[in-house]
Amino acid sequence: MSKALLYDATICIGCKQCEVACSQQNKLPYNEAIAAEPKQSEHKFTAVLTQGDKFMRRLCMNCQDPACASVCPVGALTKTSTGPVTYDAAKCMGCRYCMVACPFKVPKYEWSKLLPKVRKCTMCADRLAAGQQTACAEICPTGATKFGERDQLIDEARSRIRDNPGQYVKHIYGLNEVGGTSVLLLSSVPFEQFGYPSNLINEPVPMLTFRALSKIPDIVSLGGILLGGIWWITNRRAEVAAAKGRKSLPNPKGQRTQWGGKQ
Amino acid sequence: MKMRLTFWRLIFLALVVAGLYATTIRFTQGLGRSTNLSDDFPWGLWIGFDVLCGVMLAAGGFTLTAAVHIFNIKRLRPIVRPTILTAFLGYLLVCAALMYDLGRPYRIWHPLIMRNPHSVMFEVAYCVMLYTTVLALEFSPIVLERFDMQRPLKLIRAMLIPLVICGVLLSTLHQSSLGMLYLIVPEKLHPFWYSPWLPIFFFISAVAVGLAMTIFESSMSAKHLGCQLELSILQELGRVLMVVLWVYAILRFDDLWRRRVLYATLQPGYEMYLFWLEIALSVVFPLALLLQPRVRASSNGLYFTAVLVVLGFITNRMNVSITGMESAAGRHYLPKWTELSITGAILALGFAVFGLAARYLPIFVSEANAVSAGAGPETTSTAAVARLSHAGN
Repeated sequence: MSKALLYDATICIGCKQCEVACSQQNKLPYNEAIAAEPKQSEHKFTAVLTQGDKFMRRLCMNCQDPACASVCPVGALTKTSTGPVTYDAAKCMGCRYCMVACPFKVPKYEWSKLLPKVRKCTMCADRLAAGQQTACAEICPTGATKFGERDQLIDEARSRIRDNPGQYVKHIYGLNEVGGTSVLLLSSVPFEQFGYPSNLINEPVPMLTFRALSKIPDIVSLGGILLGGIWWITNRRAEVAAAKGRKSLPNPKGQRTQWGGKQ
Repeated sequence: MKMRLTFWRLIFLALVVAGLYATTIRFTQGLGRSTNLSDDFPWGLWIGFDVLCGVMLAAGGFTLTAAVHIFNIKRLRPIVRPTILTAFLGYLLVCAALMYDLGRPYRIWHPLIMRNPHSVMFEVAYCVMLYTTVLALEFSPIVLERFDMQRPLKLIRAMLIPLVICGVLLSTLHQSSLGMLYLIVPEKLHPFWYSPWLPIFFFISAVAVGLAMTIFESSMSAKHLGCQLELSILQELGRVLMVVLWVYAILRFDDLWRRRVLYATLQPGYEMYLFWLEIALSVVFPLALLLQPRVRASSNGLYFTAVLVVLGFITNRMNVSITGMESAAGRHYLPKWTELSITGAILALGFAVFGLAARYLPIFVSEANAVSAGAGPETTSTAAVARLSHAGN
C-alpha cells in the first residue's frame, strides 16, 4: 500500500520544526536566514509559508503518477511503490526536463555548482524503507503533518471536513490533482493563495505525452511502408520509361537517375 | 596563401574569441554564473534557439532528400548537397549546444544504456543520435568523392534509399517530438501556444522552414558561388511553400478557435504582441506575398518571402520555449551575454565550416556545371565530377 502525508494547515502553528528535521535528514544547512526564506530551493526541501495567522507547507507532492519521473530520459527519477519519488543522482545528465514538467515547480537545481544535481524532497524514502515515518511527520508537535496509508488519510481528511465544515475549504488538495499525489493538504484558505496551482487537470499529466508517444510505432511502420511504396512506384516508373529508350543509354544505374519520372 | 582580414572575418574572429571566453566561464564556474537560468526558468536560449530552432533550420535535409530520392523530383537534385550539408552541420551544432546546456554534459551518452521510453526527451535523444548518424552517412559520399574512395562509396550508394527513408522517418519523429516536449505543461505554457496539436504544428512548420531554407540557400549560393537553381524550380518551391503555409495557418487558427482563445489573442498584452509578430512573420506576410504572381515569379521576391518564413518560425519556437513560459514562471527571462556569445560563436562556426566545405568539397555541383567544370580552373578531376551525375545524391 502506498504511504502518504496529510498536512492540515488549520492545526499548524508555524514552528518550522519540520524544516529543521528535513534539513537534518537531508544533510542541508539550516540557520535563521534559511528559515526566513519563503520558498523551496536546492538547500531547502520544505518551506512553511506564513500569511498573517495562516500557514501552509510546501514540499514535493510525490505524485501518484509523477510528471518528473515520466519525462526523465534516463530514469533518474522513480516513483516507488511505497509512495516516495526518488532521485538517482548517478544517472542524471542535467537536462532539467523534470523542472520544466513538474506542475508544482518542485525540483530545484544546484545552479552554482560545476557538477550540479537536482534536489527535492523524496519523502524520506530511506526512512520509509526502514519502516519509519518521514522526519517532518515524526517531529511535528501538533500533528499538522501526519504520516499514514494514503487511503486512510483520505478518509480522515474527509471526516475532518465533514465534522468542521466551517473550518475548511471543501477540497482535499492532492486527492485528484494530476491524478492524485502522496501529499494531501487541508486548508481554511484557498490553496492558490500559497502558490498551489488551481488550474491542474485531474488526469495524470504523463498521459498527455504518452498518448502522443504511443503513436510512434504506427508512424514508423506506416511511414516506412508508405515511403518505400512511393519510392518503388516512382523508381519503377522511371525504369519503364528508361526501358523504352534503352538504346540511347548504356548502364541501368544511369537510366534511373537520368530518366526520372516527372513527379 | 595570405589571409586577408575582411569585415566578415573580423566579425567571425570577434564572435569566436568572445565565445571561447564565455566557454571558459561556463565550464569553470557552472551554469548559474554563465546563464540567466534559474529554478523558475530552467530552459533558456540554448534550448529555445540553439536546439529548437537549430533542428528546425536543418529540416531542409529531410524535405529535399525525400523530394529527390523518394518522390523522384530530379530537378531539385542540384541543391540536395547544400541542404544535406546544412542539416548535418545544424545537427552537429545542436549537439555542441547540448554540451553547454546539460548540467553534466559528460553523461550525454546515458540514454544509450539508461532507458525510459515513456520520456519524450528519451525519444529526442535517440532521434538526435540516429539522425546525426544518418546525416553523416548521407554526407559521406561528398567527402569520399573528394578523395576518390570507390569501395566505401559503392557501399553507401547501395544503402542510399533505406538511409533516406530512415532519415525522413527520424526527422518526422524528431521535429514533432520537440513540440511534444511541451505537451506535459498544459498549466505552464500560455494558451496561445499550448495545444494538443503542438507536435503536428512543429512538424508542418519544419517542412515550411525546410522549403524556405532551400530557397534561401539557393539564393545565398547564387550570390557567393555563382550557382543557383533554375527560376522554375524556385517558383515550384514557392508554390509548395504556399500550400504548406496555408495548411499550417488553417490548422493553427482552427485550433485557436476550438480552444476558444482566438478572442483572447486580440486583448492587448505582452503575449499578444509576440503572438501576432510570430503570426505576421510566419504566415500573414509570406502568404500575402506569395499570393502576388509578381512575387512568386521573381527570385528576389521568393528569397525575401523565405527569409520572412524562417524568421517567423524562429519567433514561434522562441515564443513556445520562452515567451509562453514566462507568465507561469512569474518572471521574464533575458539571456545573459555569455549565453548570447556562445550561441553567436556556434552560429559563426557553422557559417565558417559551411564556407570551407563549399570551397573544398564538391557541394555545389549539378549535371549542368559538371560538364563545364572540366574546363574550369578546379583541380578536381573531370572524371570525378562527371561521376557526380550518377552519384546517389
